[in-house]
Amino acid sequence: MTDLSKTHEATPATGGAFLSVRDLKVHFSTSDGIVKATDGLSFDLERGKTLGIVGESGSGKSVSSSAIMGLHRGTNAKLSGEILLDGVDLLKVSNEEMRKRRGRDVAMIFQDPLSAMHPYYTVGNQIMEAYQVHNDVTKREARKRAIEMLDRVGIPQPDRRVDDYPHQFSGGMRQRAMIAMGLINNPSLLIADEPTTALDVTVQAQILDLLQDLQRDFDAAVIIITHDLGVVAEMADDVLVMYAGRAVEYGPCKEILTHPQMPYTWGLLSSVPDLTASTEAKLLPIRGNPPSLLNPPPGCAFEPRCDHVAKVGGDLCRTTLPDLTPATSGGNHTKRCHIKNADKVYEAEILPEIAPDLVED
Amino acid sequence: MVAYIIRRVIVGLLMLVAMSFIVFALFMKNPVDPAQFSCGRNCPPERIEETRQALGYDQPLMVQWSSFLKGVVVGREYPADEKMREANPELVTECAAPCLGFSQQLQMTVNEEIAEAAPISISIALVAVVIWVIFGVLFGVLAAVFKGTLVDRGVVGATLSLYAFPTFFVGALLINFVAIKWGLFPAPGYVPIAEGGVGQWLLQLLLPGFTLAAVYMAGYVRMTRAFVLESMSEDYIRTARSKGVKGGKVLFKHALRAALTPLVTMFGLDFAAVLGGAIITEEVFNYYGLGKLAVTANETFDLPTIVGLVLLLGALVIVANIIVDILYAFIDPRVRVA
Ligand SMILES: Nc1ncnc2c1ncn2[C@@H]1O[C@H](COP(=O)(O)OP(=O)(O)OP(=O)(O)O)[C@@H](O)[C@H]1O
Ligand code: SF4
Ligand SMILES: [Mg+2]
Repeated sequence: MTDLSKTHEATPATGGAFLSVRDLKVHFSTSDGIVKATDGLSFDLERGKTLGIVGESGSGKSVSSSAIMGLHRGTNAKLSGEILLDGVDLLKVSNEEMRKRRGRDVAMIFQDPLSAMHPYYTVGNQIMEAYQVHNDVTKREARKRAIEMLDRVGIPQPDRRVDDYPHQFSGGMRQRAMIAMGLINNPSLLIADEPTTALDVTVQAQILDLLQDLQRDFDAAVIIITHDLGVVAEMADDVLVMYAGRAVEYGPCKEILTHPQMPYTWGLLSSVPDLTASTEAKLLPIRGNPPSLLNPPPGCAFEPRCDHVAKVGGDLCRTTLPDLTPATSGGNHTKRCHIKNADKVYEAEILPEIAPDLVED
Repeated sequence: MVAYIIRRVIVGLLMLVAMSFIVFALFMKNPVDPAQFSCGRNCPPERIEETRQALGYDQPLMVQWSSFLKGVVVGREYPADEKMREANPELVTECAAPCLGFSQQLQMTVNEEIAEAAPISISIALVAVVIWVIFGVLFGVLAAVFKGTLVDRGVVGATLSLYAFPTFFVGALLINFVAIKWGLFPAPGYVPIAEGGVGQWLLQLLLPGFTLAAVYMAGYVRMTRAFVLESMSEDYIRTARSKGVKGGKVLFKHALRAALTPLVTMFGLDFAAVLGGAIITEEVFNYYGLGKLAVTANETFDLPTIVGLVLLLGALVIVANIIVDILYAFIDPRVRVA
């Protein structure tokens, strides 16, 4: 199993992080107009670190990660900005070059492992394919490697199960197999798009543990996309909160969870049941619905659903899009909100609601 | 699987028995007198009565039907007349099991009629099927890959206009221009393999085969296009692409494989239907296959032939369905139950 943990030669990227996304925009031109699914997204990620991207359905999480995978090529999507992976702009490489990088440098696992696997091919066949695309090996070698990977992700009797079809696997095993498929080429970046949403709660924890464990072995950068701040709290080093195609709050995980400074993040925290394990905590879903990404209004996209507009005063929230500015608590924490003393508002109004026992301490 | 197939065959046989009864009942309750037709146009009334008795048309429906079934199982003789067999055995026709009946009009057993006509229909059907499946799937995939472009519209438009022309028109066009005027093909006429070899046989079948295929091609192009587009939007295609699999392999290994299931269903039923005779094509090219036999039998009210053909077609459809189900198990591992 020595080659499983083999590390890539570390070529230091000139001046930037290992993965550096700069002002990424993904716009779809549809018959109704331009859908700005991702609109100016920037973040950095180092090897061995995990970025959690959270946000409601439709906030552009999957569209953004598909952009990193180059999966929008050949569609009606218009991309701009930069995606620098180890110094190479993935938006500028040729289609063939991007294809070669897919699965080798960047890999992705998806939400529903049942539909993400081809029902007509064995699990082993599909994992072997991922290996054979990028390595000139015989079928026997590929099969051996696939069994090795299945063993590594915790599939019992991997030499037998390798010939099973996806429908013969349980949900958790399928996701393990998808992880094996994603990691078989030692990618330096792994994107997990809601990897546990379709699974039982008990299985969710196992899959997350496995991902963390493998990340240490492979020294990969991981982007984990989720609706669930609990997952973020457990996995992520950094957190990016997305709303309507934009980052609305971004910073170290601990900072974001303890000093959130943007009302949408507050809303997300209020809707997590077990973050503080307090019995008195109230579960408050965010009222209203996410906005349309067609012709968004000029102001803050969260304005129609925000309970704190009055604290800003005037028409500012409705007319002017707030910039992503450093949060008052400092560090690398940035937020997109006009409220001046957000830290205080959080402590005075939000914290007592969601975690009363924390306030008393 | 084996138990499942046996069950399907038994159900199929029961369906055939029921079908034969329905056809019998419909004909007996028909205002037209079958005896009149069997006897001929200028038949005197007492001859009609005689014919009726000789053919058993005077007997109740159940009796006629059960002697038909008995013929299928053990065979029978026409006419079933003890005295006649002793006096002039050469007038009695032996019809071995599975005997489908005896046609008074054609003076031969239905089995013999089918044995003569079936090879012609099967030959046309085979050639047509190969043409329409190859080109239908090919053009369908092409249209799907180039969705929304000129290629897509061109392919779909061309096959659709071919479909819009009536079969007799396409056939007549091919005979008059391609075969007669330009002399690119020999004049139509069926040549069995035994007489002219495979080459000659195939050459004589290309025009009628294409004529028949023209009708089905458009459907296969559109269906293949739709099925491929549908499977291209599946999650597992995204998985394959994110593994770095090349575009061609994504299309053929992943997308087309999934599109195969519905295509096989369509194919099974269509193939069974054309095996049972292509009426217009056979008529236009004057190939005496099962289709033409059916038309003649209908015109002359040849009950035994009609019953035989209906049952043959029914059996083909049932067999095709069973084969399709077995194929499913090969294509889709989820169907492969223990
Ligand atoms: N091809 C496309 N054409 C037009 N709009 C699209 C296209 N693909 C995605 N969108 C839109 O982009 C938006 C963002 O979608 P995305 O799938 O990224 O959301 P998400 O944050 O991943 O949500 P979820 O949590 O439900 O997975 C959605 O509103 C969607 O309708
Ligand atoms: S900018 Fe205004 S509307 Fe937007 S989140 Fe802040 S307070 Fe609410
Ligand atoms: Mg998504």
